[in-house]
Amino acid sequence: MSERQVRLSIDGLHKGYGVGAARKEVISDLTFDVHAGEFVCIVGPSGAGKTTLLKCLTGLHPASAGAVRLDSKVVDGPPRQMALVLQEYTRSLMPWLTVEKNVRLPLANLKLSKAEREQRITDALREVGLSDVRTSYPWQLSGGMQQRVAIARALAYRPEVLVMDEPFASVDAQTRADLEDLMLKVRQDFGITIVLVTHDIDEAVYLSDRVVVLTKGPCTVDEIIPVELPFPRDQIETKSDPRFVDLRARVFSRIKASA
Amino acid sequence: MTRRLTLVALELWLPVVAVLAWWLWSATAAEAFFPPLREILERFREMWLFDKFVSDVVPSLRNMAIGFGLASILGIAIGMVLARVRLLREAFEPLMHFVRATPGVALVPIFILILGFGSSMKISIIATAAIFPTIIATMDGVRSADPVLLDISRAYQLSRRQRVTKVLLPSAGPQIFAGLQVSLQVAFVVMIASEMLGSTQGIGALTLLAQQSFAVTDMWSGIVLLGLLGYLVNLLFLLVRSRVLHWYDGARKAAKE
Repeated sequence: MSERQVRLSIDGLHKGYGVGAARKEVISDLTFDVHAGEFVCIVGPSGAGKTTLLKCLTGLHPASAGAVRLDSKVVDGPPRQMALVLQEYTRSLMPWLTVEKNVRLPLANLKLSKAEREQRITDALREVGLSDVRTSYPWQLSGGMQQRVAIARALAYRPEVLVMDEPFASVDAQTRADLEDLMLKVRQDFGITIVLVTHDIDEAVYLSDRVVVLTKGPCTVDEIIPVELPFPRDQIETKSDPRFVDLRARVFSRIKASA
Repeated sequence: MTRRLTLVALELWLPVVAVLAWWLWSATAAEAFFPPLREILERFREMWLFDKFVSDVVPSLRNMAIGFGLASILGIAIGMVLARVRLLREAFEPLMHFVRATPGVALVPIFILILGFGSSMKISIIATAAIFPTIIATMDGVRSADPVLLDISRAYQLSRRQRVTKVLLPSAGPQIFAGLQVSLQVAFVVMIASEMLGSTQGIGALTLLAQQSFAVTDMWSGIVLLGLLGYLVNLLFLLVRSRVLHWYDGARKAAKE
């Protein structure tokens, strides 16, 4: 795996809604690259248009101008090599399907043998620590566990890029820390590229290889800050590292300056 | 356990008291139109268990089952198509609301003219009258599907078939069943009406015939049978509903706790 290979490239992206005087620009000339295997967090002041950016990244919404490219191919609809985890875990899982059926649903269209498919489901659920609740329904699980199901669904799909929108914003602090460490482990185990949108600066610095700071809307890239903290990271050790504290302050002051 | 018993007692006391009161009052009332309940039950046993069962009860129920079955399947299918295809929806929605507002029973005469007095008339009229609540409920249910789920379906490239069967239909399930329950009630009413207006066979026909020939006790036994059937059919429906929608009831209960 070459660290420098560009996996995802956002090139002069513009996005707006409406026409004429009512037109509202949300994203204005946004450019950055994400390398293969990289963990990139996107932060920005609230109302910056992070969610809109995410919809354009995943091909759910078309770009107004510019382009998103995945492995140099223009994204003009949700690509097969991408998976999505959203903040609203209660709404993004199918409550009528059990945990394993939720994970299996996107696999039905992939050209997989039954054995391969079941192996993927088993592996994904083991990775997130849910092997023993396969036949439960999502609503029988805690919020953190439901988000683990959504992560397992994404992993079983074997994407090259995993896109996450505020995935831990609705869970308690302890669960949040556990899920952050899970994502670092997932990146390690599966070697996938992860793009995570968050409003939490600590989280962004803790997880990332690089933090992309956005300006206030219509947003563009304010600064890209490399996070040169060693792996494996640790909730206590890493967060008390003076470099972590510096980076955190730097990201925070950038967001404050642009808000 | 005692809690369960209390609940059962709470549900049963009123029906028991009502039947008892009817029994005691009618035994001594000597009213021409209100024969003793004992005699009604006697006639009930003689007529329906099982003299007229195969000749009249079975055809009534069969017509209703087929009519309601057609209304359910076609209603869900049409509702799904209308929800998904905007052009069709805009073309048909006003007409549908007009037809829906016409009571099903009012359509019986025209169906008799066209289709005569046979089973096909009864099945057609039951299906026609019962289909609208299901169409409208399905359409609303499908259209109110959570956009987050639709995004997820697109992001994971679910096929059209998967989106319909694994996402849209289940998510509309609670509303579809609410529509089906209304359809079922309509089907039951129209079944009886179609027999009363255009038939010599069936529970409705026999009940009306009894009334017209002053066989008051027979008439009452028909009414009792229709009441019981209506209750049982609804019970069966609720059983199926709770089987299919157990996830919905469970999720709602979990959300409350």
